Amino acid sequence: MGRRRSGADPAFKYGTLILSSSVLVLALIYFYELYTGSVPTLRTGLGFVFGSIWDPVNSHFGVFPMLYGSLVTSAIALVIGVPVSLGVAIFLSELSPIGLRSPISFVVEMLAAVPSVVYGLWGLFVLAPLLRTDVYPYLERYLGFLPIFQGTIYGVSMLTAGIILAIMIIPIVASISRDALLAVPDSQREAALALGATKSEAIRMSVLSYARSGIMASVFLGFGRAFGETMAVTMLIGNTPLVSASLFSPGYSLASLIANEYTEASSAVYISALIEAGLVLLFVSFFANVIARLMIGRLIRSREAASYL
Amino acid sequence: MNTRRVVVDKVLLSLTVVALVAAVVPLVSIIIDVTARGIGAIDLDFFTQLPPLANTQGGGMANAIQGTVLLVAFSSAIGLPIGLFSGVYVSEYGRTSRYGSLVRFLGDVLAGIPSIVTGVLVYTLIVLTYQSFSIIAGSIALGTMMIPIVSNTTGEALKAVPNSIREASLALGVRKWRTSLLVIANAKRSIATASLLAIARITGETAPLILTAGISTLWFTGFNQPVASLTYYIYYFATSPFTNWQNLAWGAALFLMIIVLGINMGVRVLTRGKRVYA
Repeated sequence: MGRRRSGADPAFKYGTLILSSSVLVLALIYFYELYTGSVPTLRTGLGFVFGSIWDPVNSHFGVFPMLYGSLVTSAIALVIGVPVSLGVAIFLSELSPIGLRSPISFVVEMLAAVPSVVYGLWGLFVLAPLLRTDVYPYLERYLGFLPIFQGTIYGVSMLTAGIILAIMIIPIVASISRDALLAVPDSQREAALALGATKSEAIRMSVLSYARSGIMASVFLGFGRAFGETMAVTMLIGNTPLVSASLFSPGYSLASLIANEYTEASSAVYISALIEAGLVLLFVSFFANVIARLMIGRLIRSREAASYL
Repeated sequence: MNTRRVVVDKVLLSLTVVALVAAVVPLVSIIIDVTARGIGAIDLDFFTQLPPLANTQGGGMANAIQGTVLLVAFSSAIGLPIGLFSGVYVSEYGRTSRYGSLVRFLGDVLAGIPSIVTGVLVYTLIVLTYQSFSIIAGSIALGTMMIPIVSNTTGEALKAVPNSIREASLALGVRKWRTSLLVIANAKRSIATASLLAIARITGETAPLILTAGISTLWFTGFNQPVASLTYYIYYFATSPFTNWQNLAWGAALFLMIIVLGINMGVRVLTRGKRVYA
């Protein structure tokens, strides 16, 4: 090349390379920092995870009630949120007139745009009172033979937190499932319909089974989101370290533990305990997302291929 | 076809409509409730006055608005350039490499890490070190959250730029780095969209701020000092027993929703008919 050779090309290449490595470095720093920060309580071993006494004053840091609360509320979120999301996804991919698809997707995506503290506010002043007076008494009356619907009814409870989480995971579960369903080739549907299947039979037999891994991925993503959601749960779960079979009972979650008690954590061990709660959140959500993304990887590639046709 | 199967078919298909209604009703209810309860709290004082004492008249959220604006500006200054150029590398140099796919993959995974965990991270790195909540810590936490999101959305946006543009530019003897800038310019609309959506997302964040920026009843007083934010104040006031505080929380929620949903609706209307990478 006749022109003055410039170092701009390699500088740009390696400059952007360094910036892109920030994503990898970040992933490592998350684990490293949260691990080293929780070493003082990690030394106490499994007592942290399985101990059920949370008494910072006497240095008892058992987070089992919080782990239980996180798992129970996430489970409620999935039990309610996944069927609703699947219904939305099936409507969008199989039934909706083409013209309605994008307005409906738009509305569902707006659910994801609402800040979680606004969900908490709305949940606290609108949803919780409504559930307490108009829903929970009927659940207790008609399903009270189940241990999960027994006991005193409070507005703030694991069930209320789980219901708000169900609403919050709808956008992610519905949009990933919709993508999975749209990636199913039409020949699948046509084959089932040609054999005399009704529309719903065709969806169940050949569409849903074909999209299974994408749907599973969306469930993992929904779980990861619900498990780590902080503000809405903190405002609705009651923040009481209880392990109760009743979903009407207040509870606690790992994320709300951190949000609530950081400002009052005075001793190094107390802080370490909260960091370890963060480490547990990090592990669970990281692997839920890794599993989901591995499953989606295939889906996206086939979707991209399809979009060129 | 026997009638039972037809009936079952109709029932199952209508269930999807029921699900759709169940998904939309909460959104509509949130918008109506936040508007109805928040509108009364939004007046001139809301934008000009400091938060009031409990059980008093008047007061506003001016310092929280200021704090949120500053936090969003500083975190964007951190997160947008890093994320943007990271995306450039992934699309322009690392498209076929294992490294490039690893960055993309981890970007997706990190975007799914709960925001409170980012708060804990920055708390251990910065707040514990300097023994103080600060706007710096808050901005770093929010900026950190933006990096993987912006990196991946930029990468996708650049990948959508046709290769013919790169080839034409290189064939004219334009250097690779200037060619990359040309590619960025070609995708500026999608990059702007993605950046705005990332900004909307961190504007609504609360959990990391509790552990990093803290809260303040004053105006911005310095980079190493705690700062007020709309979201933290919504949480703080909503969980208080005082009516005047709760009313302000609704007002702040309405203001926040207008901004965040406004950005989301705006970019989607602007990009209607085009693929959005976000």
